[in-house]
Amino acid sequence: MGSHPDIISTVEFNYSGDLLATGDKGGRVVIFQREQENKGRPHSRGEYNVYSTFQSHEPEFDYLKSLEIEEKINKIRWLPQQNAAHFLLSTNDKTIKLWKISERDKRAEGYNLKDEDGRLRDPFRITALRVPILKPMDLMVEASPRRIFANAHTYHINSISVNSDHETYLSADDLRINLWHLEITDRSFNIVDIKPVNMEELTEVITAAEFHPHQCNVFVYSSSKGTIRLCDMRSSALCDRHAKFFEEPEDPSSRSFFSEIISSISDVKFSHSGRYMMTRDYLSVKVWDLNMESRPVETHQVHEYLRSKLCSLYENDCIFDKFECCWSGSDSAIMTGSYNNFFRMFDRNTRRDVTLEASRENSKPRASLKPRKVCTGGKRKKDEISVDSLDFNKKILHTAWHPAENIIAVAATNNLYIFQDKLN
Amino acid sequence: MQDAKSRFSISREGTVSRKGARKCPPASGPGFQAQTLYFTPGPGAAAAADAPRGPQALLQPPCLPVFWDDIFRRPPERVTEAFTLFCLKDLSQERACGWLKVVGMRQGTMFARGLKRKSAEDGEDVEGGLAGTQATPSYSLQRQSLLDMSLVKLQLCHMLVEPNLCRSVLIANTVRQIQEEMTQDGTWRVLAPQAAGRAPLDRLVSTEILCRSVREQEGERPAADVGDGRTPGLVPGLSAVPSAQALRSPQSSLWEVDSSRENRGGFQKSLDQIFETLESKTPGSVEELFSDVDSSYYDLDAVLTGMVGSTQSGHGSGLQAFTAAATPPPGSSCRSDLGELDHAVEILVET
Repeated sequence: MGSHPDIISTVEFNYSGDLLATGDKGGRVVIFQREQENKGRPHSRGEYNVYSTFQSHEPEFDYLKSLEIEEKINKIRWLPQQNAAHFLLSTNDKTIKLWKISERDKRAEGYNLKDEDGRLRDPFRITALRVPILKPMDLMVEASPRRIFANAHTYHINSISVNSDHETYLSADDLRINLWHLEITDRSFNIVDIKPVNMEELTEVITAAEFHPHQCNVFVYSSSKGTIRLCDMRSSALCDRHAKFFEEPEDPSSRSFFSEIISSISDVKFSHSGRYMMTRDYLSVKVWDLNMESRPVETHQVHEYLRSKLCSLYENDCIFDKFECCWSGSDSAIMTGSYNNFFRMFDRNTRRDVTLEASRENSKPRASLKPRKVCTGGKRKKDEISVDSLDFNKKILHTAWHPAENIIAVAATNNLYIFQDKLN
Repeated sequence: MQDAKSRFSISREGTVSRKGARKCPPASGPGFQAQTLYFTPGPGAAAAADAPRGPQALLQPPCLPVFWDDIFRRPPERVTEAFTLFCLKDLSQERACGWLKVVGMRQGTMFARGLKRKSAEDGEDVEGGLAGTQATPSYSLQRQSLLDMSLVKLQLCHMLVEPNLCRSVLIANTVRQIQEEMTQDGTWRVLAPQAAGRAPLDRLVSTEILCRSVREQEGERPAADVGDGRTPGLVPGLSAVPSAQALRSPQSSLWEVDSSRENRGGFQKSLDQIFETLESKTPGSVEELFSDVDSSYYDLDAVLTGMVGSTQSGHGSGLQAFTAAATPPPGSSCRSDLGELDHAVEILVET
């Protein structure tokens, strides 16, 4: 579908699903828009085409610490649409920016004080007055930075989340979570701080955070030790004490030196209903009922065949890859990525799951994706791929699901794939 | 981007060709010398040292877009009597991600022998249960390999960009787990009590400390710090200078983001320490494993680890402890040469 020269680092549909934003390692944001369906062909699906491209973040150099600040976009989150313009938040490791994306399809002609090319006219030459008229022009999409929220994070920002009140949002780094008001850039409130007094005692970091979709006082954050804390901002200003603590007890029989690393949660997402949340650790996706802290209600294995390869994956650093996960619009299905450009979808009702591949060979327009299978041992059947042949460079870390329809966006390194459900 | 699955294989004749074969032939025989291959793909990881020892020494098929062909067509980075060094580059990121040390290049032909790889089932030993496992030689070796690997990862992550804190914390926690288990096993060698009582993470923390040279360390005998109530005699083994004051020095925390630049000057020396750590082996078991390798193999590592003479005693600072017993003193032809080490370090730092 789309090709970035740079590796795509985040993918996000807006609230209506008409717009799809991607951010990349070079600090660029590319927004795709769904074409209006052709009324003459009611079964044709709207395609996504490039709507706007802009440079969101530039590389910076922190002179005080002699370190580069990467321009890579870590997350994009859309704001709900309130007028003709679209707003989104994009963030790199240190700075969050609010962008306004607006369309211009008319321009004024017939000014009195200036020429068509903008030069000022000599007032003494003006003998008659005219009223400027609006004339249509080619559609121009402009992106302009409206707010810059900087200097509030010492560590690397991993998450941003817009609150359901549409006025505030949170930003989380490795050790702290800050609450912002969208209008105010010179101030933020610190609501979570897990930095120990002595940094040498640090054993756990924040890996993701999200606001509850409906309760504007509730948010969750996940940790590198596989725990999730739910906090209520009404109880205290600094939410260091959680209201709920979610952790699955460890299975002692599968304990290894890598247990903690693979339990580290890379993503946490509330369901659209707000009743559940989903967490992604290295080998599985877990669905939690917010009312039950003791264990998840569902566990889905993403690539269990990697469990015997953990040492190698530790060696080549793949074990630290942070996969994201997402819910379908109705919360009936969940999706997450894997290696070899595979991604997995789990139907929560039928308990069926499927492995699909995002690759050019498999992506002829309107062709269905063929399910893939990884062979874990013994004889490899035809069409199966063995674990040793998996390409660990081709990882799908970022996926997104349209909020209402069965349309998914999958980022495979520097290619974006958009798949649609054939059925109506 | 070239097909990331391209591999090379080493034929009995000693020539190298690119092919689909995954394993190096396990055979040994005349004309073959051990070859070590190591790389750490992944952001922020510079080239690293020797492959971890032990049956699992050979890594999985390379997962990097490394152009294997180019390695052997390019001139090597360094050629010495004893070994030839090729730099592996991740061309998509244009930085060094490992190096290939080939022993015994003669007249342009590569002689190499792959180390035997354990089958997949054996690989699970490493992830096997912790508490109930007896520290069999193979398990200890694997555990030691893991420890070495983790330390390298921790130290070699200071590039231009701030290191990933989550990754560092997870690696440090892994190291701590291994330390604790080795302590319970009794395989953690006890040193002089100068380092007693500090929290384990302290030992990993200080790049500044690790930047000091070996000799400086030997000159220090800091007092024990019994601050956190750990049993005395608990061995650091890994990190250098135990002084509590030194650890708290303002620029020294591994976690603090402002440390990396100041320590860059000492980076070369810190590699000293890392390599010496990598040298650590449990005595006895390693002898068996490498009994069929001639002693020149050890010498090469001695060169690369910059060991200076054979005067290091077991009761020196932590890092020395493991190296003293097992490693034979380097032969005269391979006496550590600081100039060579510097050059190797240049490669590693990937100017």
